[in-house]
Formats: sequence, structure tokens, C-alpha cells
Amino acid sequence: MITLDNITKTYNKGTVLAVKDISFEVKPGELFGLIGPDGAGKTTLFRILTTLLLADKGRAMVNGFDVVKDYTKIRNSVGYMPGRFSLYQDLTIEENLHFFATVFGTTIKENYALIKDIYQQIEPFKDRRAGKLSGGMKQKLALCCALIHKPAVLFLDEPTTGVDVVSRKEFWEMLARLKAEGITILVSTPYMDEAKLCDRIALIQKGTILSVDNPADIVQSFPGDLYAVQAANTHLLLREARAYEGTETCFAFGDALHVTFRSGVADGLLAHLKTRGLDDATMEKITPGIEDCFIHLLKN
Amino acid sequence: MKTLGFLLEKEFRQLLRNRQLLRTLLLAPLIQLIILPLAADYTVKNIGIAVADNDHSTTSLRLIEKIVSSGYFKLQGYTASYHDALGMVEADKADLALQIPAHFESDLVREDKKQVYVAINAIEGTKANLGGAYLNSIISDFNENVRAQWQVGSASTGSPEEAPQVSVASSNWYNIFLNYHLYMVPAILVTLVTAMVAMQSAFNIVQEKESGTIEQINVTPIKKHIFIIGKMVPFMVLGIVLFTMGLLVGWIGYGIVPLGSLWVLYVSLIVYLFSMLGLGLLIATYSGTQQQAMSLSFFFINIFNMMSGVFTAVDSMPAWAQAIVTTFPPSHFIKIMRAVVLKGSGFSDILPWLGALAVIGIVLNGWAVLNYRKTS
Repeated sequence: MITLDNITKTYNKGTVLAVKDISFEVKPGELFGLIGPDGAGKTTLFRILTTLLLADKGRAMVNGFDVVKDYTKIRNSVGYMPGRFSLYQDLTIEENLHFFATVFGTTIKENYALIKDIYQQIEPFKDRRAGKLSGGMKQKLALCCALIHKPAVLFLDEPTTGVDVVSRKEFWEMLARLKAEGITILVSTPYMDEAKLCDRIALIQKGTILSVDNPADIVQSFPGDLYAVQAANTHLLLREARAYEGTETCFAFGDALHVTFRSGVADGLLAHLKTRGLDDATMEKITPGIEDCFIHLLKN
Repeated sequence: MKTLGFLLEKEFRQLLRNRQLLRTLLLAPLIQLIILPLAADYTVKNIGIAVADNDHSTTSLRLIEKIVSSGYFKLQGYTASYHDALGMVEADKADLALQIPAHFESDLVREDKKQVYVAINAIEGTKANLGGAYLNSIISDFNENVRAQWQVGSASTGSPEEAPQVSVASSNWYNIFLNYHLYMVPAILVTLVTAMVAMQSAFNIVQEKESGTIEQINVTPIKKHIFIIGKMVPFMVLGIVLFTMGLLVGWIGYGIVPLGSLWVLYVSLIVYLFSMLGLGLLIATYSGTQQQAMSLSFFFINIFNMMSGVFTAVDSMPAWAQAIVTTFPPSHFIKIMRAVVLKGSGFSDILPWLGALAVIGIVLNGWAVLNYRKTS
């Protein structure tokens, strides 16, 4: 449904590399996640795929159309929700929705079934101007506007950035329902915990793809065992754990350290820590998360 | 075409919703149109004059009386010495010092000529210029009168050497009384329409860039030229409304009724708005923020106002400046306005200017569209 073939894009006359030789494929009906930190090149990819930006090199197809040659056909068949709220703030909810329906040559009524679940939540405020809405409501309106012409592919650029935890959860539930309608969705997010909600993910960093797979397989591919180490004095703990000769990687995750060892399995770290005055140190084996895999891939 | 309808519906909805802006756009120019022509009046009155009369004769008194009764001058001081009169100019109590030398009358009778001396404060150029010219013409008029009287008095002696003088009689066509309002109101109306249309259309488009809505529009099937027309039409309408209100103010406030046909005026207006909207669009393609658009359009508007012949005649500018001015849409439209309003010109008379406007409009719009494609 979406194919990228060696896409490269630079800014400022080639001095700033945004994305380099990106290739991956999104299958029809898939919920595909583009996971990476800020500045990784996610938005650049979105802008290339939505025909807003021309790549320097490479080819990309969306819904069977070339992003350069058939851009008008793509514009008719995709929905795009940019990272920044980009609807008319001085028009009301209903006027915005009506406007975007009409420019796509359709009506709210015609595709109401698709947006019903989402629109019903903001319908009580339909006469309120978009600029006066809360963050969560703006996001729902933007999704409605991106969906109103029943697109085959939906592009969501960081839809949950700056949205509270409950709304984020709700939003992903909405995406699951849209996927059930058969819409192919490409979504980007800097939140690793959202990655496991996707069918497949691409981990992206500094303009290159680190890995493309389903979340379970990415976690599976994590080599060796991962341990969570905790102690009251986290500062001393981090220093000692990193200094320990058997440690391969050691990163702070909240109030715990995630540690891997050169030998692959836990060895005498705990005993070592006790000799350094960290008597309360505990260690347990844990299942790696996407973020652990991401950091692991970054190191290689 | 249907899409254009939806775009226009959206544009007008937004425009009408922004009441504060709409009020400013329509009322502020009208207030300016009422105030500016009253202030921008070239007629110089109340020129202060200090006279040092060293003669104290009937002739010198008659000269002074003639100067004061002209209506342009106000006698601020009648001093004993030229030094005192100049002192009044220095103290800013008078604009002119006139010295009538001793034996003015007797020398004039005996030698048939006598000089008077005039010192003018030239800090205010226009006032000095016109004041000096007025005074000059009054004195030469006085001179002729005096001589004519003497000649009548001494007709028998007659002076054969007195050559017949060439006198120039001028009459002001199209504006008999040199009424400055008649001349200024149409031009000021042009500057107001110019500022509103060029700046606002630029700001409006840049605002869509700033708020990111143009991205959202760009991923819809809306064609670029439809989007641009959708932006132009509302400001074209606004410009026509403003122009109409301005004509009404000119009629009610200054009694100015265009001699030519309104049809000619409005067709020219539409061509003019087309070219100015092209400029607005061009500014918008070169600006990323409203602040940038503001400074760019301010640059153009200022130059247009000073160089397009509103206040100073383009014909008296240096050749290079005149060449530049021909590329300014307002200079052509001001000429059209004055010709149609004051002279009653028809299409055939204004065709060169109208053609220039159309060409400038096509160039500006074409440039803007090309640049718009390139940047997005």
C-alpha cells in the first residue's frame, strides 16, 4: 500500500541530511508505526509520502500511485493529520468538517459512519471555534477532518504528542477501529510504549531505519538476558554498575537500571554492589521492551 | 469551479467573522479620506511678514497695504530697521522680511527704478517658495500700476522708449479654481485602496502558512490556481466596496462627482486591483511570517505613496526615477483617476495607462505563481 525505495532527502542545499536511503513497505490494512526520537526524520517521510515535499533521490508509491507523477491521485485518496494542529481556528468544528468534506467533493452525511464514534464525542461543541477547543478535542476534530473523505491510507504524524495518557489510550482504540474498517494507517510516535500497539514498526534514528519488524519479533531479537537493578542511591548505583567489568550496557529507566552482561547472563554484579555499600540493591530478570531494543540497536 | 465556491464561502465566513479587522479595513480609510485632503492642502496662507520701511512715503505705504490685502500675508511687524525685521524672522515670528529702502518713492519717480530687498526663511521649503513667488507677483503688479498711473498723469510727455510688454494670461483648465481637494481626493483614495488590498491579501495568505493550514489545503485536491483565485476574489470585492465608499465620501464631503463614466472608473479599478493583488501574492510567496510580509509591504506602500504622483508631480522627477515609477501600478491608476474624475476621460484616453496596469498585473501574478510553485 505504501512503498519507499531508497528515499533520501536533504535540506539547505544538501548540507543537512534529513533521511537517507529509506526503504520499507506498508501492507494493505496494516497499522504501521514509525518510531523514533524527535529529529529522526519522521515528519520528512510523512511530507514526502503526502506529496508536500520532493525527495532528492528514490521512489515512493502510495496506494499504487507514484508520489511525484500521480500526486493529484494521491491527494484524493489519503488523509493527513500533521503533527501541528492545522485546521482553521476561526471556523467552528462543524464548519471545518464541512469545508474539508466539500473540497474532497463529498458530504459529512456520506461518510458519517466512519467518523461517528469520534465525532460524537465532540459534536456537543460543534458550534465552538476550533481555536477554543482543548488539545484532545482538537486532535479528534483533526482526525475527523482527515477521515471525512474515506481515505484508503491515513497518515498520522505524532497524533498523541502532548495529549494526556487517557486520551492517548482512547486514540489508539480509535485507530484499532479504523484499521478494522480496512484503512491502512501509517502513524509516527516518539513514545515507545505505543509501538506494541502497531502491527509492524520501523525504528528510525538520525534519518536511517534501524529495524523493521513486528513488535514481538523486535523484542525477540534482543540478544541475551536483561535485568532490572534497583537501589535507593540511584546515583551511586549507576556509577558502580557502569564501572563493573562484567557490564555490557547499563541505562537508567525511571528509577531502575536496565543492565546486560558480557556473559549474557547475570553474574556477580549484585555481590559487587554490596561490597560498594549498596546493601539494598536488588536485581531481577525482565522481558525487554521496545525501548530496550531501540537502545540496543542504536549501540550497534 | 464548485471548489472555488466552497473556498469563497470559507474566505468570506472568516472575513466577516473577524469584525474588528473588517471595521478597521473599511472605516480607517474613510476617516483618512475625510481628514487627509483637508490637511494636504498646498495653498499657503498666513505667511508672516515683517516690513522695515525706511521710506515712510505714500508709495511704500500703498505697497504694504497691497501686500497685506492680498490675503496671503499677515503683517507681523512694522519695524524701523532691516535688522529688526530679520530679527523677527530669526525669532520665527515672521517668515519673510521686506526692506523698503529710504528714498524709495523719490528714486522711483526720478530714476524710474528702485530695488526692494526680501529675505525669506527657507526652512519650510513650500512656504518659502510660494511666499516668495506671491510677493514677487504682488510687487511687479504694484510696479506696473504705479507706472501706469504716472504715464496717465504725464501722458503729454509720453515716453517713446517704453516698449510694449508681453503679458501672459493663464486660465486653469479642468480645475478652474485650482481646488486642491479636487486634485487630492482621488489620489488619496487610490493610496488607501492600495494599502488595504496589497497588504491584507499578503497577510491573509501568509497567515495560512503560519498556522499550517496551507499544508492541510495542499494535501487536498484543491488546485493551486483555484486556491489563489479564492484568495484574490474577497479582496477584490473588499477593494471595490472601499472604493465605492470613498467615492461617496468624495461626493458628500467635497462635492466631487466624477466627470467621466463610472463604468470606465470601475473597469480600471478592477484591472488595478488585479495588479496590486499580484503584488500582495508575490509578497506572500517571499514571506514566511506575517512580520516579514508586513515589513516588505510597508517598503512598497511607502515608496508608492511618495513616488506615484500623489503629492509631487512625477514629471518633475529625474529621468531614472520616472523610469522606475512607470512600473508602479498606483502611478498609472492615479493618472486614470484624475483624468476620469476631473477631465471626464474615456477608455481611448486612458488606454496607455490601463494597458500598463494590465501588463504589470500579468507580470506580478505570473512571477508570484512561479515562485509559489517553486517554494512549495
